[in-house]
Amino acid sequence: MPTSLVSGNSLLAIDVGASNTRAVMFDVIEGEYRFIASGVAPSTAEAPIKDVSEGARDAIASLQRVIGRPLLDANRDLIVPSQANGSGVDALVVTLSAGPAIKTVVVGLLKDVSLESARRLTESTYTRISDTISLNDPRKSDQRIDSLLRLHPDLLIIAGGTNKGASRSVQKLLEPIGLASYLMPKDKRPTVLYAGNENMQADVKSLVSPHITSLHFSSNIRPSLETEDTDPAERELAQIIINLRKKQLKGVETLHTWSGGHMLPTAYATGRMVRFLSRVYGSQKGLLSVDLGASAATIAVGFKDRSLLKVLSQFGIGENLAALLNYTTLENILRWSPLDISAGVLRDYLFHKSLYPSAIAATNEDLAIAQAVAREALHLAMQTAQQDFPKNVRRIKPALAPLFDPILAGGSALSDASHAGQSLLLLLDSIQPVGVTTVILDQNNLLPLLGAAAAQNNILPVQVLDTGAFLSAGTVVSPVVSARYGTSILRAKLIYESGVESHVDLKYGSLETLPLAIGETGKLTIQCLHGADIGFGPGRGGTLPVSGGALGVVFDGRGRPLDLPADPVRRREILKKWNWTLGGG
Amino acid sequence: MQAPVHHVIGLTSIVRERLLPFPGTVNARLQQKVSANDVVAEARWSHEHVLLDVARLLNVSPAVADRSIKCQVDEQVAASAEIAVGKGLFPRTVNAPSEGRVVAVGGGQVLLEVGVSKIELRAGIPGTVIQIIPNQGVVIQTTGGLIQGVWGNSRIDSGLLVNLMETPDSILTISRLDVSLRGSILLAGMVKDAETLQAAGDLPVRGLILSSIFPSLIQKAREMRFPIVVTDGFGTLPMNSAAYKLLTTNAKREVTVNAESFDRYTGTRPEIIIPLPISTEPAAPRDMESFAPGLQVRLRRPPAMGMIGSIANLLPGLTTLPSGLRAPAAEIKLENGETVVAPLVNLEVVG
Repeated sequence: MPTSLVSGNSLLAIDVGASNTRAVMFDVIEGEYRFIASGVAPSTAEAPIKDVSEGARDAIASLQRVIGRPLLDANRDLIVPSQANGSGVDALVVTLSAGPAIKTVVVGLLKDVSLESARRLTESTYTRISDTISLNDPRKSDQRIDSLLRLHPDLLIIAGGTNKGASRSVQKLLEPIGLASYLMPKDKRPTVLYAGNENMQADVKSLVSPHITSLHFSSNIRPSLETEDTDPAERELAQIIINLRKKQLKGVETLHTWSGGHMLPTAYATGRMVRFLSRVYGSQKGLLSVDLGASAATIAVGFKDRSLLKVLSQFGIGENLAALLNYTTLENILRWSPLDISAGVLRDYLFHKSLYPSAIAATNEDLAIAQAVAREALHLAMQTAQQDFPKNVRRIKPALAPLFDPILAGGSALSDASHAGQSLLLLLDSIQPVGVTTVILDQNNLLPLLGAAAAQNNILPVQVLDTGAFLSAGTVVSPVVSARYGTSILRAKLIYESGVESHVDLKYGSLETLPLAIGETGKLTIQCLHGADIGFGPGRGGTLPVSGGALGVVFDGRGRPLDLPADPVRRREILKKWNWTLGGG
Repeated sequence: MQAPVHHVIGLTSIVRERLLPFPGTVNARLQQKVSANDVVAEARWSHEHVLLDVARLLNVSPAVADRSIKCQVDEQVAASAEIAVGKGLFPRTVNAPSEGRVVAVGGGQVLLEVGVSKIELRAGIPGTVIQIIPNQGVVIQTTGGLIQGVWGNSRIDSGLLVNLMETPDSILTISRLDVSLRGSILLAGMVKDAETLQAAGDLPVRGLILSSIFPSLIQKAREMRFPIVVTDGFGTLPMNSAAYKLLTTNAKREVTVNAESFDRYTGTRPEIIIPLPISTEPAAPRDMESFAPGLQVRLRRPPAMGMIGSIANLLPGLTTLPSGLRAPAAEIKLENGETVVAPLVNLEVVG
């Protein structure tokens, strides 16, 4: 009987997404926190309801039907704390990703230094960079003023100057910002986050604050030319985003009050959890979390000494979907489809899905298109995020993804897949992991909620993670090798706990699996052929313990980068075969 | 489960809030009758400024420059007007590069507003002004038929509706356009080529009501100076039967095409309004319904995408769809007699 470390407080977590709002209950069972159940309802940020709290109430109502415990009172308000009759909850946390991308102008001194750091900071949340201003900007001050007036940004992020460094140049950059804000109606003036030279904070206050209704400071994100530290600014930015959403979306204030202020942007909460996990469970490899949702693709990575959070709204598969063609081609998307679909049908799909982001694929053809689009969007998001990955992390080849273990995956595109194999194949195709990694599917999209809960209750995330609320898809072995199609590149032997052995001979261009059920462990001995590298060095194999999953142990011998046949008929056949190997029809 | 509603209604009360993007002047009066094209409010938008760095130009400190500046905030200055004069035997001067208004003075600088545009807010629908929102806009009410669309090119106009559609999947081609259609609003089906759009613009027509448009024509459609409303979507979708029936039966009536962009947060949608005389005020349309058997719905995704049917049966729990996904779903009896199963999230109520 496990000893309870907790006082038995129940916790409700609500995630308000662009399409759906989910209410998730955590409570103590046999002395440990468990994921109890979740309820879901369409989000209501948009017209005609225009009140996110209504969707939250619907999701809570759906949850209370599942758990048979009243959580809302007669006025549909949350009962908090829990009552003697068993109704209500003791605490609430909220994560929020609904709402239009926040129009942001990024200001930095030098294009390749502070402006780059400010851009990275901006891309850690739900923003869209509308303009950048730096010393390299050839526009005159008055042209910058006109640009700001035309764009009407919600947010300005200003960086620049090392501590004790340039001050005159920063002042020069601030002038047009102050003047443009002065010319805007008071209720339309942007929020400003200053994360530059800390010695200039007083000057910034005097130059900008008379014309800005909301001015925030954080420590310098570029304290020296060689150092970048965006963590404190990301924290400040998370609060700014919530404050902006309170103004933009009705009902956010209600949820903020219910939660006692425990509300975070979903991506920030995910990033917090990834940082935590990479510190607690961190191996020599990095930890990767990917989430492909309607509002954005979120990539969070945690390495031993560095973490990174990228929120790429341009790759969200919701209302921005038609704009995906600004980053790729119809042909690039169609290469992922196992069905013969015309470019015209795909183009129409992208535009229609932008109109109705919450619609789901009911037919096989629609699912094939949706999954092809999701693959391309996640692939592009990974490629974009990789440009900002730390340079000193372990990689088998410079152009490939770093070594990650585990990979956590969530978001509607992955949780909407009809079976775990479909989600896993989507991940393998788009992320193209290398070496040996465990893939965990966050089917209930719990990761951000645990990140938000951590501030309320630091035991809960640890215990919930250990209780099977996440689905292990399996252990994936992806060798990096140059070989001819059909050549043996790896031989493996899996010894089960029972002592029974299974073998696989992996040929280049194929996928293979060995069954190993969830909860089982085994010993995997790998022999690498033709210089195949699984992270131990070219041609070097080894023996390692592996855990089971829905797909067991998966061997991905399809090459890195993934090499799809150019002939469309052959490509579609092979895509169907791979899908079939991982349990698809 | 709550269901979104796509309005296609023969007679209803329509109330629309029309607001300026920033504060301005409201021209309309309470109870004033307006047509769709009437300007109900306007605002000034200063889009071009000139920043004169007097301190730098006179080569003095900002404090000294401030004392040399001769203009004040809100003052109108002519081109070449003296803005600041330096000291000395041969003092330097700073002149206005063009005519404008002084909007800020300080720190040794003068900011001039030199380019101002007027933003005109049109009524968008013909009707009666029932509320004035000071400095922002108006609320207008009318009665008539209402057909909402899914895409619009942000223009507004009114005119006589001329039907060029024989069937819901008619295609508008350049050969159908002749001079007799000048000044009309055309009910025109699908458009597949840019030349047809251009020819409609050259006539010119006062508006186009399309069932669908090729995504590649969207940019061209945005450039057209007449309103274009798309009722059903992109590609080659026929017009949904409800919109087709309502529009074809109202041919030769005066209609308003408000091709406002679809904004999911504010709820604005492109729409066609057919003003109709009434004896008693009809009910306002409902924006949300609950899914229930008998409701008329339109399918947003395959199968039967764009078609209209009625809910025959709400299926219990989660249904496994042909794609393998599981979701709350309903059996829909389509107008052609066929029955399909569709997830509720892919349905919208028509009414």
